Amino acid sequence: MSAASGLPADYQGEWRLPSRGRVAMFALITGESAIFTIFVVAYVFYIGKSLSGPTPRQVLEAPIFATLCLLSSSFTIWRAERAISRNRISAFALWLGATICLGLIFLGGTAIEWHKLINVDGLTISTNLFGTTYYSLVGLHATHVVIGLLMLTTVFLFSLTRRVGKQHAEKIAVLSMYWHFVDAVWVVVFTVVYIIGR
Amino acid sequence: MSENSLPLGSSIDLTSSHGHTFLEALHEWVVTVDHKRLGILYILYGLFFLLVGGAEAVAIRIQLAVPKNQLISAQVYNRIFTMHGTTMVFLVGMTIIFGFANYLVPLQIGARDMAFPRLNAFSFWLTAFGGMLLYYSFIGGGGLYGFGNAPDVGWFAYAPLTARAFSPGHATDYWALALIVTGFGTLGTAINIIATVFSMRCKGMTMMRLPLFSWLMLVDSGLTLVTITPLTAAQIMLLVDRYLGGHFFDTQAGGSAVVWMHFFWIFGHPEVYVLVLPAFAIANEVIPVFSRKAIFGYPAMVAASVGIAFISLSVWAHHMFTVGMTSFSNAFFVLSTELVGIPTGIKIFNWLATIWGGKIRFATPMLFCLAFLFQFLIAGLTGIMLSIAPWNWQLHNSYFVIAHFHYVLVGAIVFCIFAGIYYWYPKATGRLLNDRLGKWHFWLFLIGFHVTFDTMHFLGILGMPRSIYTYEPDRGWDTLNLVTSLGGIIQAIAVLIFAFNLVWSYFHGEAAGNDPWDAWTLEWDTASPPPLYNFARDPVVRSRRPLWDLKHPEDPDWEYEG
Amino acid sequence: MHPMATVSVSLCSPLLLRVPRGVLWIAAIGQQAVPSTLAPASTPAHEIKTLALFTLSITGAIFFVVGGLLTYAIIKYRGKDTDRLSEPPQIYGSTQIELAWTVIPILIVIVLFLTTARLIFAIQDAPEPDSALEVTVTGHQFWWEFRYPKLGIDTANELHVPLSNEQAPIPTYLALLSADVDHSFWVPQLAGKTDLIPNHPNASWINPLRPGLYLGQCAQFCGAQHALMLLRVYVDTPDQFSVWVKNQQQPAIQDPRAEAGRRVFETEACMNCHTIKGTVATGRFGPDLTHLMSRETLGAGAAPNTVQNVREWIKDPGDFKSGCLMPAMQLSDQQIDQLTDYLSTLR
Repeated sequence: MSAASGLPADYQGEWRLPSRGRVAMFALITGESAIFTIFVVAYVFYIGKSLSGPTPRQVLEAPIFATLCLLSSSFTIWRAERAISRNRISAFALWLGATICLGLIFLGGTAIEWHKLINVDGLTISTNLFGTTYYSLVGLHATHVVIGLLMLTTVFLFSLTRRVGKQHAEKIAVLSMYWHFVDAVWVVVFTVVYIIGR
Repeated sequence: MSENSLPLGSSIDLTSSHGHTFLEALHEWVVTVDHKRLGILYILYGLFFLLVGGAEAVAIRIQLAVPKNQLISAQVYNRIFTMHGTTMVFLVGMTIIFGFANYLVPLQIGARDMAFPRLNAFSFWLTAFGGMLLYYSFIGGGGLYGFGNAPDVGWFAYAPLTARAFSPGHATDYWALALIVTGFGTLGTAINIIATVFSMRCKGMTMMRLPLFSWLMLVDSGLTLVTITPLTAAQIMLLVDRYLGGHFFDTQAGGSAVVWMHFFWIFGHPEVYVLVLPAFAIANEVIPVFSRKAIFGYPAMVAASVGIAFISLSVWAHHMFTVGMTSFSNAFFVLSTELVGIPTGIKIFNWLATIWGGKIRFATPMLFCLAFLFQFLIAGLTGIMLSIAPWNWQLHNSYFVIAHFHYVLVGAIVFCIFAGIYYWYPKATGRLLNDRLGKWHFWLFLIGFHVTFDTMHFLGILGMPRSIYTYEPDRGWDTLNLVTSLGGIIQAIAVLIFAFNLVWSYFHGEAAGNDPWDAWTLEWDTASPPPLYNFARDPVVRSRRPLWDLKHPEDPDWEYEG
Repeated sequence: MHPMATVSVSLCSPLLLRVPRGVLWIAAIGQQAVPSTLAPASTPAHEIKTLALFTLSITGAIFFVVGGLLTYAIIKYRGKDTDRLSEPPQIYGSTQIELAWTVIPILIVIVLFLTTARLIFAIQDAPEPDSALEVTVTGHQFWWEFRYPKLGIDTANELHVPLSNEQAPIPTYLALLSADVDHSFWVPQLAGKTDLIPNHPNASWINPLRPGLYLGQCAQFCGAQHALMLLRVYVDTPDQFSVWVKNQQQPAIQDPRAEAGRRVFETEACMNCHTIKGTVATGRFGPDLTHLMSRETLGAGAAPNTVQNVREWIKDPGDFKSGCLMPAMQLSDQQIDQLTDYLSTLR
């Protein structure tokens, strides 16, 4: 026996609740934003406070190409989302693959940049405040890119073996929320590190 | 009523008649994803560490009972008080409150489980492992003598004391790593609760018909998301400093010790609201049922709770009034702190109005909640005193602060946890806790609590600072310390009685039935303990008190709720 | 003013180690005052006490009103056992009442905030008069360094300041620095506490209006011996103060009978950490010892300053203050005796 007799008048129709995946991802993004905020605050606070060593202006070059790739991947993943919601699996796999490639290019760009900073400019995480805050913030973001790529690749592999279908559209949407978040964080990090901080 | 004749899935029957061996039963518990079992695991974990943290407190109080005591050395004492604080906040407070949420939220909203049962299990075991890692520090490196590498930098771990230069061993690393791990567990559970409340409510249960316990656990989980994460970030930074040569808090390289304080208290202050909101949540269930009245001003209670959560994010630097911020900054944080007192006060008034005109039943849960009301009132008022920055310049880091926050943590939170356990233990086990032992527990704990913590306020006024392993005789602190310590012993006895009651009543307690308290929320509409699937049929509700409607069809709530 | 009671008991005796040192304390040191925040002897502490009592009266009133109502409700509305059949009238809320008990707290907050802000600015932003004495306080693990830059004085753990008065104030302004971790300077009867944070200089001031000895201690956990980083502030009358200053400004006494000990001091590692003005010892890691015997305690309050304790301290500081940063120097008994003889001439 249910706990009350009769349905409430306003709920004669469908009882609609938000998707738990989206709510959970939104909550995760909120928590992650708080972590990034703290790292960004530390970065901004310590701008200009290094006692020695290379300064941002001396060694940083804005990674325009890598940034464009990463931001474009938001577009490609959006196309992938659309494809799967229309059950077009091949298109989905294509757009997903493009997203992964763009993400990898971004990481490659970061790797090249860090290689130059460490070996040519002598900037490491322990060099000075700039080094500490720079590698921590950009590194934290890169870690999130790696995690995202691992998840995207897993889905991609499943799609190649025809295990992904329209019924997974909602889960793909949740995953792409995460990816969009990673891109949005990069917009903030880029602005703070390569524009404001220089 | 619900069908409770089906034998499967009685939640916590270790000696069930299903032919389970002990190992099989243990295995069930280890692999469970059932929110009820995970909730019980969380609470048992927390109660265990309550005893451990309590033992640490007793050690502290015995050392401080007389001046220049040589029972415990400085180094060991510093580990004990650090572990006491860290244990109580993270391994007792956080675990018990999320344990309650885990157990009750799905039941209260008419769902079958949490939104993500496997994430639920994963989060619990992460948290549990983190606690084990923290306590491993006692035996890691150097063994038990001198208490190994247990953290000794205070639960707040101020920089640069935590830098490699000043804390060369691994004590600080255990602190940081263990809490990062438990932090991820907490985050997982918070996300789970939020998703559950938004996405799994039974038909008819709009947000404004949620039981207040679930509402407050939702707000609490949201607050947790932006509270624990700054601590995780700061601890990562600390480990970068300690292991990768970073300079976040390295004052020799231009880093700032004050930045650590900001980050820590940006976590630390909302954390105490994370801990206290569930206490309010419990009070919101117990007080109405034992006053026989609906909660007064449900919408205001929701608004006040949300308000508290938001304002609490803006008050953190009232822990830093002595650090040398500008007078303008100090004044701002005085104002923001006083403002958070307003929605908090409103809640007390609403509870008072709930009791007013009711028919109070003085069952043990209600006794703990009534004591909570007085004690939380006092705690809030000493909080206002501490928010007065110039007075804070005297009281900060003194025993007045310790008295204040124990008034909140013990006087409000632990009292409500006890209330919640006496209230919901029958639901979880099918048996009532022994009433006589409950009354002994209550009165002894009440007396011990006041003997200790009322006295402690005066020690602060008389100039005794905190975090000291001994003190000078003839500063006028001797007798007060002795009295404080005696109260601690009384509390310990009370807690032991409670622990005994928990075990004894499991085997010999009076059968509870579905609804021993004549309550009104959905968890009382199923068996005690509930079957694995919670409800035989998905409930449909039409008001905030579905069982009131059922019991009073001539006068249902939905005719009065807006 | 400075009792030099000699307690010639060996603290190495195992029996005595079990006697709470408190007993020896009472014998050795003169009367000590309770460092109560309610017994102010200086302007900032006075002002804080006034604000505190004002706040307490408001919070006290709130307690009695709300607590009274709670008590009344619990008594009046207690259910009787015969009552179980009927429920009381269900009241769901009242907007007017909610408004009333929101507005009143807001008004209280405004009053408290304005009075508080006024005092914050008055204390924190008080301009420093020319007559002020300036002292630079540097916190160390686990002792206090006091420098009087304009007077050329460098001492430790026991601060002497001149008595001020209301007509022509002579406040003491403290610059607060740290050499290592966070500390906090707290002498409750003189002022609120202010932290000493490395790379973050702070400032504080006192305006003492009553002569005497005022006690305090470090109030920010700073490591193993935070508990024994005690403070003694002597508010001296003008005559006492000028006598003290003159003495402190002198270089160390050169007593020829203590020559052997001075030699030991200079050849063993002592001079690496300690300064004795007028000698080659210029170490800065530990306290300045030029006028060691003018102080009443050793080790920032860890022990009374007696010849015997000096000897024991040199032998093993860890006996008094385990975890303090001065190591046991593994000297021979003869060296320790000579050192003790030398140091006890440094008045």
